[in-house]
Amino acid sequence: MNYSWNWSVLWQSTGVGDSTYLQWVLVGLGWLLVIALVAWSIAMVLGSILGIMRTLPNKTARAIGTGYVTIFRNIPLLIQLFIWFYVVPNFLPSVIRDWWINDLGANTTALISASVGLGLFTAARVCEQVRTGIEALPVGQVNAGYAMGFSTAQLYRYVILPQSFRTILPPLSSELTNCVKNTSVASLVGVAEIISQMKTISEYTQNTIEIYTIVTVIFIVINVCLISAMTLLEKRLYVPGLIAGGK
Amino acid sequence: MEWLSAFLNDLQLSGPALWHGFSITLKVVCIATVGGILIGTILALMRLSSIKVLNWIAQGYVNLFRSIPLLLVLMWFYFAVPFIYTAVTGNYLTIDTALVSSIVAFMLFEAAYFSEIVRAGIQSIPRGQSAAASALGMSYGQSMRLIILPQAFRKMTPLLLQQTIILFQDSTMVYAIGLLDFFRTNYVRGDLMSLLTQYILFAGLVYFTISLLATYAVKKLQRRLHV
Amino acid sequence: MNDNKVMIDIQNVSKWYDKFQVLTDCTTQIRQGEVVVVCGPSGSGKSTLIKTVNGLEAFQQGNIMVDGISIKDPKTNLNLLRSRVGMVFQHFELFPHLTITENLTIAQIKVLGRSEAEAKKKGLAYLDRVGLSAQADKFPAQLSGGQQQRVAIARALSMDPIAMLFDEPTSALDPEMITEVLDVMVGLAKEGMTMMCVTHEMGFARQVANRVIFMDQGKIVEDCTKDEFFNTQRGERAQQFLDKILH
Repeated sequence: MNYSWNWSVLWQSTGVGDSTYLQWVLVGLGWLLVIALVAWSIAMVLGSILGIMRTLPNKTARAIGTGYVTIFRNIPLLIQLFIWFYVVPNFLPSVIRDWWINDLGANTTALISASVGLGLFTAARVCEQVRTGIEALPVGQVNAGYAMGFSTAQLYRYVILPQSFRTILPPLSSELTNCVKNTSVASLVGVAEIISQMKTISEYTQNTIEIYTIVTVIFIVINVCLISAMTLLEKRLYVPGLIAGGK
Repeated sequence: MEWLSAFLNDLQLSGPALWHGFSITLKVVCIATVGGILIGTILALMRLSSIKVLNWIAQGYVNLFRSIPLLLVLMWFYFAVPFIYTAVTGNYLTIDTALVSSIVAFMLFEAAYFSEIVRAGIQSIPRGQSAAASALGMSYGQSMRLIILPQAFRKMTPLLLQQTIILFQDSTMVYAIGLLDFFRTNYVRGDLMSLLTQYILFAGLVYFTISLLATYAVKKLQRRLHV
Repeated sequence: MNDNKVMIDIQNVSKWYDKFQVLTDCTTQIRQGEVVVVCGPSGSGKSTLIKTVNGLEAFQQGNIMVDGISIKDPKTNLNLLRSRVGMVFQHFELFPHLTITENLTIAQIKVLGRSEAEAKKKGLAYLDRVGLSAQADKFPAQLSGGQQQRVAIARALSMDPIAMLFDEPTSALDPEMITEVLDVMVGLAKEGMTMMCVTHEMGFARQVANRVIFMDQGKIVEDCTKDEFFNTQRGERAQQFLDKILH
């Protein structure tokens, strides 16, 4: 087997200034976290609003929610990111387009497209979780809320949403891990996140097995951290009798 | 519109290549689905078995493949398949590395997800069923094959099909390793002829339509199976 | 009794679900201080009728006036109206994510605009009234069915309602817990609360009801005083029902 092992590859110098490969990995990790954070924030806010809209008595609200989910769940993520990166800039008003093409660096435009694209994609999934959580609530709770004189807004705020969100914490946490994993697709539109760095390093050093393994371990560690954080959150929000409970 | 007619003209020329790309996509999806369900079923049975070692192996497998991105798995196998082949046989791999490695990658990756569906399906069959099978003298293998799995699969079919639709959408990721599936063929052509916007939107439309129709079909199936 | 003002005035109410008629021309009045029991076989529409009184169920024909305010009038503030009429449900419908005290105070604060101190004082007073002061900081899931229902009654009373609606309050309770809830209801009746109760508990009816309404297939078939209902010959359907129930 003609393979020269080199497990200290990360500490090697890259030949570019003083940096080591470790720094490249850390930069990639940093971009991963940035994209994940921005995308998840968009997804939670937009997804919750859409999920609520799909349960409202108003037909238009429901239609908008349903339409959004239909579009964003049936187009592959990769194509969605490509559309945001390659297609949408062509349709921007010329002032914004010039700024986009000329003033922003390639990495920045890729970053924005990827974060927005991933956020909107994940929002559709969060929307479905929120909707399921709301619909799972017994209709008696809605009746009891109305019977006490709550308006629809108050009903959602004090009765429906506090219960629904606790119920959907487990599936929501798996959506979060999916979102973090999906940031890897951003490498295909040119963001210098961790997978991108991994490819480059393996090309430079030929230490493919080592660097691939290191990145795999990084992802496993991230996953474990996320799951632990969500379990902690579930425990803190635990209410006796509700489904989501830290047992 | 100039924008559209240029595209439609080129489409006539690129048609055959696009069809070929589509056939690659279908190949990957079909083989990965069948293989994935088979491996997934074995994994599910391992998870439910009373032999602790089998539990751990299956649990470890599922956890591993569910914590890393599909893209990483694809890249691993793109590297590993020829590497292992050369290490084992000493020859260099001459067949299409991208195709073989992506099929293997998808099969093993999706198996983790299929196994969860199968496991839930098996666990949803009341214990009384396996008790009755044992009481009649059936072995574990017989009761699984003749009684439990047939019932479980009937329940799981809609979910398995939904996972296949997800696989279909995920198949676009082979772009990363250069496999000319339907999407990448569109991209390459579009890039080549400066019709990138049109081709990307066209590909999106095709995937959208197929996913939508397939999802609708699965919903109808679900209703007919009264699940 | 008969000269008191009319609290609930149901006028020729008819309701359809698509083509199926669930209520047919229902008319009756409930005066201040009256206790009216509504009974009948399942499917007779009695739960639907009581839910139309506070607008939880809509109806296509007829009208309902509560304390002189019309339910159908678009200018009516339905939420405000509901806050003035208390309702107790078959499945208690306490809000599981809130403590008992919070259950008692939330609508007082958010709908009636009372201060937290005022709401707590009132809520805990009614909690004491139903004998459950010790449970003030627990969650609903930690209480038995009978206890939850008593809290539900206290919750409705905390809003200082002009009338109380009971929708099969004891049907979901284990037999040994029925008495504790009925005792609370008897106490309320004796104090002069206007009550409309859908129930099978004929013992309760005999004890405190002024009138009994018997419904069958969406129509009010009998509407007479308690004595008339139990002691004189009524129509065939009512007789059949009584025979079955009283054995």
